[in-house]
Amino acid sequence: MPDDKKSCLSGSGLTKIFGLGRQKTVAVDHVDFNFYEGEIVSIVGESGSGKTTLAKMLLGLINPTEGEVYFQGQKRDISNQKKKKEYWKSIQAIFQDPYSSYNIFNKIDAVLLDCINMRGGRNLPHAKKVELMTEACSFVSLKFEELTNKYPFELSGGQMQRLMIARIFLLKPKILLADEPTSMIDACSRATILGMLMNLVLETGMTLIFITHDLGLAYYVSDTIYIMERGKFVESGSPDEVILQPKEAYTRRLISDVPKIHEEWDLSTV
Amino acid sequence: MSKVVMLEVKGLTTKYITRFQEDVYAVDHVSLTVEEGRSLGIAGESGCGKSTLALSLMGYYFPPLHYMSGEIIIDGRTITEMEPDDIRREILGTEIAYIPQAAMNALNPTQKVIDFIEDVIQAHDPYKTKKEIYDLARKSFEVLGLPADVLQKYPVELSGGMKQRTVIATSVILSPKVLIADEPSSALDVTSQKMVIKMLKNLMEYGFIKSMIFITHELPLLYNVTDDIMVMYAGQIVEKGTAQEVVFDPLHPYAKGLMGSIIVPEKGLREVELAAIPGVPPNLKNPPAACRFAERCKYVRAECEANPVPLHYVGGGRAYRCILPEKELRDIYAKEARTREVHEHAR
Repeated sequence: MPDDKKSCLSGSGLTKIFGLGRQKTVAVDHVDFNFYEGEIVSIVGESGSGKTTLAKMLLGLINPTEGEVYFQGQKRDISNQKKKKEYWKSIQAIFQDPYSSYNIFNKIDAVLLDCINMRGGRNLPHAKKVELMTEACSFVSLKFEELTNKYPFELSGGQMQRLMIARIFLLKPKILLADEPTSMIDACSRATILGMLMNLVLETGMTLIFITHDLGLAYYVSDTIYIMERGKFVESGSPDEVILQPKEAYTRRLISDVPKIHEEWDLSTV
Repeated sequence: MSKVVMLEVKGLTTKYITRFQEDVYAVDHVSLTVEEGRSLGIAGESGCGKSTLALSLMGYYFPPLHYMSGEIIIDGRTITEMEPDDIRREILGTEIAYIPQAAMNALNPTQKVIDFIEDVIQAHDPYKTKKEIYDLARKSFEVLGLPADVLQKYPVELSGGMKQRTVIATSVILSPKVLIADEPSSALDVTSQKMVIKMLKNLMEYGFIKSMIFITHELPLLYNVTDDIMVMYAGQIVEKGTAQEVVFDPLHPYAKGLMGSIIVPEKGLREVELAAIPGVPPNLKNPPAACRFAERCKYVRAECEANPVPLHYVGGGRAYRCILPEKELRDIYAKEARTREVHEHAR
């Protein structure tokens, strides 16, 4: 990364400990990181490596036990609900399960209108709102006319996840945190969704934090990869460094666990 | 020398009847054969009928799924002629076993693993004693590399991957001839996935099962696990061949499109542009009479939408469902690859 890039989100000594005494679990263990503006960062690790706990801390959903998060160079302050709401205007998330990401009582129009209102478009004329919603839907190749008056559960998983991206398109946050956004979606729609996320980053200049256990995905989308093992970042760097010349044994193992096409998949190592 | 055919399916058609009495033909005239010692992979996107095919292959139907026509022959025995109760007693588990994606949820949280296995075995052979069952279970767990103390544990004490492997080991304890694995590893992370795959491969090697059908949308996985691959689209088979052929030399435009969406951590991946297939599969309540892929196909012509397209066999078990001749399809793909290269060069 060139030095002229501005830091968007960084952390120092970020730690989360669950439980007390002998029951203590260190989920995230003194991690330091610096995510730049307009960058796609992947955090890769196995189940239980602390990826999601870290994500929740970055989102401000749980408080770190130790350490600080810096947002755009300033110490993040989310001490009260009002400040938290303000922070959430800058950071948004897409989760693994599109089926449980929506309020089942809200129609799709309401979902999208909410986003427009949040961006301060509450007083826009109705026609303008529809125009914005149509634009957002066409960005994710959905047709707004077909979606209006429908409920989210009437869509397929892939369509729901795309609608989630349409939401982000309207909200234009500074940071988007995507926690395994494609693991419940089949390989074909996955390519579409990854393409859309990458376009979104190009268009809005946001920072995308991509959390996954699939190194193939991480290799394809990211500018920087962080490998996480037992709550610690064990390796980081550009995708070519990390995937093609891994230094850590753990990274090598993760790579060897992914089935490949051109290389032999060695099953004897488990 | 021809090998023993373990599973033969001829023109199997099954449908769902919805709440509104509409027919949905999710498996439409599917024929396939699996020989002893071989594995067949089924690929395709969500909603193409992969899982319905898996359910239909067991010959045991319950609403909304209904059997329409076709034959299923397991090791010389036509099960489509049998009574449902006989199928449940004599075929399921002993001749054909099925592992769904969420197999781990089959474990009873209030029962130890060994008690669960006891239930399974006694459903087929009520005269087996506890001791015999324990010995059998321990032996197969040992062979499959699962620690024997798992047997005395409750499901909550096991990790997801371990639960999945426990259920797989249980489902093959009666040595079925055919194992159908429907996305057995997609709820797991890469490391547990690898353990599950290794186990499935071992099952075949150690003679627990004689043949396997593996269903997933993950093509790299399929390529590494199975000998043959079949691609399904909208309830029909659109391409058949060995894994090597289907992945590296697909004929059907849909199969070609699927191969363009493969993501693997290998050198060169970042240079290629991922090609997704635009559009959605047709609604199976009312599928197009002619080529079902025509609507999304890049190479569509007027003739495509005229008549139903039969499966063309091109020798050696290779088949595809497209009106264009093999050579023409290959020419089109070669030309495309060339233009892409020129583009990349220009960039």
